[in-house]
Amino acid sequence: MLEIKNLHANINGKEILKGINLTVKDGEVHAIMGPNGSGKSTLSSVITGNPAYEITEGEIIFNGKNIVGMSPEDISREGVFLSFQYPVEIPGVSMVNFMRTAINEHRKYKGLDPLPASEFLKLMREKKEYVELDNKLANRSVNEGFSGGEKKRNEIFQMAMLEPKLSILDETDSGLDIDALRIVANGVNKLKSKDNSTIMITHYQRLLDYIVPDIVHVLYKGKIVKTAGKELALELEEKGYDWIKKEVDGE
Amino acid sequence: MSIEGQYIDIYKQYSGAIKKNSAGALNDVRDAAFERFSKRGFPTKKDEEYLYTNLAESFAPDFGMNINAVDFNVNPYENAHRYGVPGINNRIYFIINDQFYDKEEQPKAAELPEGVIICSLKKAAVEHKDIVDKYYGKASKDSKDGSVDFNTAFSEDGFFMYVPKGVRMPYPIQLTCLMTSGADQLATGRSLIIIEDDAEAKLVDSIFAQKELKFLANRVTEIFVGKRAKYEHYKVENTKRDMTNLNHVFIELEEGCNVLVNELTLLNGLTRNNVEVNFRGKDANLDLCGMALCDGEQHLDTNTIVNHWVGGCTTNELYKYVMNDKSTGCFSGTIMVAQDAQKTKGIQTNKSICLSKDARMYTRPHLEIYADDVICNHGATVGQLNNDEVFYLRSRGIPESVAKMLLMFAFVSDVEEKILIPELKDAVRMMVEKKFKGEVESTCKGCSSISACHS
Amino acid sequence: MAENNDDKIIEELANEEYKYGFTTDIDTDYIPAGLNEDTIRLISAKKGEPDWLLEFRLKAYNQWKKMEMPHWPHLDLPEIDYQAIKYYAAPKQKKSPESLDEVDPELLKTFDKLGIPIEEQKMHVEMAVDAIMDSVSVKTTNKEKLAAEGIIFCSISEAVKNYPDLVKKYLGTVVPYSDNFFAALNSAVFSDGSFVYIPKGVRCPMELSSYFRINAINTGQFERTLIVADDESYVSYLEGCTAPARDEYQLHAAIVEIIVNDRAEVKYSTVQNWYPGDKQGKGGVYNFVTKRGLCKDDAKLSWTQVETGSAITWKYPSCVLQGDNSVGEFYSVAVTNNFQQADTGTKMRHLGKNTRSHICSKGISAGRSQNSYRGLVRVSPNADNARNFSQCDSLLLGDKCGAHTFPYMDIHNDTAVVEHEATTSKISDEQMFYCNQRGISNNNAVSLIVNGYAKEVLNKLPMEFAVEAQRLLEISLENTSSVG
Repeated sequence: MLEIKNLHANINGKEILKGINLTVKDGEVHAIMGPNGSGKSTLSSVITGNPAYEITEGEIIFNGKNIVGMSPEDISREGVFLSFQYPVEIPGVSMVNFMRTAINEHRKYKGLDPLPASEFLKLMREKKEYVELDNKLANRSVNEGFSGGEKKRNEIFQMAMLEPKLSILDETDSGLDIDALRIVANGVNKLKSKDNSTIMITHYQRLLDYIVPDIVHVLYKGKIVKTAGKELALELEEKGYDWIKKEVDGE
Repeated sequence: MSIEGQYIDIYKQYSGAIKKNSAGALNDVRDAAFERFSKRGFPTKKDEEYLYTNLAESFAPDFGMNINAVDFNVNPYENAHRYGVPGINNRIYFIINDQFYDKEEQPKAAELPEGVIICSLKKAAVEHKDIVDKYYGKASKDSKDGSVDFNTAFSEDGFFMYVPKGVRMPYPIQLTCLMTSGADQLATGRSLIIIEDDAEAKLVDSIFAQKELKFLANRVTEIFVGKRAKYEHYKVENTKRDMTNLNHVFIELEEGCNVLVNELTLLNGLTRNNVEVNFRGKDANLDLCGMALCDGEQHLDTNTIVNHWVGGCTTNELYKYVMNDKSTGCFSGTIMVAQDAQKTKGIQTNKSICLSKDARMYTRPHLEIYADDVICNHGATVGQLNNDEVFYLRSRGIPESVAKMLLMFAFVSDVEEKILIPELKDAVRMMVEKKFKGEVESTCKGCSSISACHS
Repeated sequence: MAENNDDKIIEELANEEYKYGFTTDIDTDYIPAGLNEDTIRLISAKKGEPDWLLEFRLKAYNQWKKMEMPHWPHLDLPEIDYQAIKYYAAPKQKKSPESLDEVDPELLKTFDKLGIPIEEQKMHVEMAVDAIMDSVSVKTTNKEKLAAEGIIFCSISEAVKNYPDLVKKYLGTVVPYSDNFFAALNSAVFSDGSFVYIPKGVRCPMELSSYFRINAINTGQFERTLIVADDESYVSYLEGCTAPARDEYQLHAAIVEIIVNDRAEVKYSTVQNWYPGDKQGKGGVYNFVTKRGLCKDDAKLSWTQVETGSAITWKYPSCVLQGDNSVGEFYSVAVTNNFQQADTGTKMRHLGKNTRSHICSKGISAGRSQNSYRGLVRVSPNADNARNFSQCDSLLLGDKCGAHTFPYMDIHNDTAVVEHEATTSKISDEQMFYCNQRGISNNNAVSLIVNGYAKEVLNKLPMEFAVEAQRLLEISLENTSSVG
């Protein structure tokens, strides 16, 4: 699915990622944890081609293709989805219009005709169920006036619509109360299959109670410094990050 | 003869005397300014910038002009306490109509920090020739306003303040312009203020009129603020109803400086405030605000032009007017953002309350934007006090008149908050209260001053 | 690398041309270029006008000679040689065609190509159309159906002949010939336009629409529209405009006058797509328009405009809220690209008590264009309890264009509440990336966001026009997606 080799990236000339290596196989769920400022969100932006970042070295191989240098829309069409930590508001653009444009661009990329309006609306209705998104939200402007929880549910709803191969959930649990967290996690779990993979970026263990990872990585100072099974997350929950910082900084 | 005609004749006849009573840089640019004035004349309502104020008319009466620099024979320091802000009378300077008063020193004045020069502009033009030559007339040189040329042509003296690099003034300086005469008088004072890099200063610039005569002040102030410097400029207007007060303030801002201008109008006849600001260096900050409390037939017209020539600077503009009786208020503001001035932030707000049927309010908050990466907003409202709020207060037993006054206080409070000298803020608050109570003109021991008579 | 991508998109899209730029090859009857009293007499004679109208024209002409072009707009106005312009051009055809068979097939083809349904059987929706090419009305559809309701919808020349009392009663009452330079010019030389009369209590059963087309070369178009909505009536009226792509500028100076009587309501929508000139700013229509409506008691007038065309636009559709409780609205989207210049907005004059007005203006500037909003809200001493709210937003696409806001608020009454808000912004990098991450291309992202930005205004247009307007926005901005 995804293979990242020696990835280095800058923002405004400052190096944030300093040689990331990461392999995600089909059907796997990975968690990337780490203290604040370790480069977790940068990694999600860089994989999805955010032009604010500059890749200085390394490769990102997605299903056999190096996607470094690809436009963000093409990376999306290839099947990489990012659930944003802070989804931006786009005033006046209705969710329906936004999603239909996105779906049809994905279809065009695959050589398919645009989805007829009736089928599109049917699809919207179906997918809204995943995250218990009510009809009103779908008719409102993209993220405008949404509460924190609604924004995150809306992200997972879009994920359901676009059926990505790789989903990156960037701090999806932040700002969610326990009910909203359960709804979002249920949505993600229902969408899971043996053909798609998930990367969860999170600071806390909380989300991992609901979406159980196969592999847990710790990112610190722009590098993955530890990789283990799900028990690592529990250990971090208990002991915090200081012991890892000591281990690394001590070297 | 045209309104300009009498002044053109005066200049032709007396330019020798004017030059004799002035000096240096002031004389160097005088003839050229006169030529421009002869061509342009005074602005009229035909000029877009003067749509609501016919300035030429204000110059029509037969005013006296003190061309021969005759001594008015007053010692303002005898009554200095009446003109100063209580509690900060460390340094107060006087302009009598348009001449700097330096026959006496302020008794018990605090020492000026080393290198700071405050004196008559005429004197500075000789004794600090290099500084005055470098700055005089430079901030106002692009003005298209004939009344600025008029000032440059006729001005003989004024106020000079120089704060050298890195010097921080420990207390505010007060400059008080006293309009006093035996007959209708026209004054053409001039101020030149230079705050060098990393320096800090505050100036309270007030104007008072002593008698109920027709006075016309046509003043030009040029301010240069250096890199990372901090400067606060307060203008307090508390004169008489027959006074026409025409103010031109030009400010040049260098990189990283912080400037606050607050214009407070309590009482006057016709007021025209022009403020023109040019951002010359990046990351500078401007707070430009003012409040006006107008009643009777007061006419107040404020025109601000803020030019963002370079990026990364911020303008925060806030003007609040309370208009009563037959008063007229005008606000025209332009924030211009040039093509290269990316990352500019500009906010412009004008809010006004009309309290009476015959009050008039004209507002024109304008934006001219040629750069795309900017955050610029403006808002303007004209309305009344909120009836629900008045009712709420009355339901708590507060009489209607007091309720309204409280709400008016609240309305202007955010401009008051931009008075960062606590003593001045207190004094202004007291004056605002007097104004709202209709007591601002009540003479108490003959003082008409900012000290606001604690009795 | 991202930049190369953008360059490519720009290159591809720069080839999009103004699709209404074709010309129609048809015999045209001209009055030679130049303007003097004889020209005006000739125009009047060609149209067989009564004396009072000729007199009106001559008075206007004499006034115009004394006037100057306005210098206050934020426009770089070129010199216009008024003697080099032809003031009358008409496609040669029989006087007034009784049926479509009598209309020149070339004309039918032209309007067909423009998508204007003047062949009634082809129409999808119930709509009556007055199609005007150069100086004359070619065909007005659905007249009979409207006549059954007592509604008059015809060209103003016909109205002068058939309903002279009505025209005489109202012409020049809302926009006097002395109003401004261009109004005086129009009053002197106006050629044709539409006339609408809705009788008392009648709700017009269909949209009325005028379609204006400039075809002839070096010809000014000076149409004049007069709408009278009598007590308690309602009408929704649309106008559309296009012109061929020519290297020379074309002058257009129109007047629209609307009388909205007691408790009546008029909705006036414009989709203005005159030729904007080429990418170097050559040619294009100079659009100087005076539009004003007079509202009587409890009347409502709503202006909606989508302005994408013209090299220069100067227009301020206005409401004179004379009657108590009358309501004025102005909704505008103005797009400028390349070297276009627009100075547009509205005037709301509150004269009656309890009058209300609402202004919503959305400016979009791209390329090297200059886009200005200019609006006046005036509350007169007797207009107790007047209310106004204005929202003026500007969106900048690119760093070579300008977006300006010039509101004027003149308040002469202490019971008025007048509010104005304005913002200037660009499409943020975050918004672009969000759309990109969902697979949406830069071009589509810009058009989505721009349409979202303009939505409040587009929603005010009748359905069929809203779709067309949305499409127009996309075309007008297609080479601007270098954002992000």
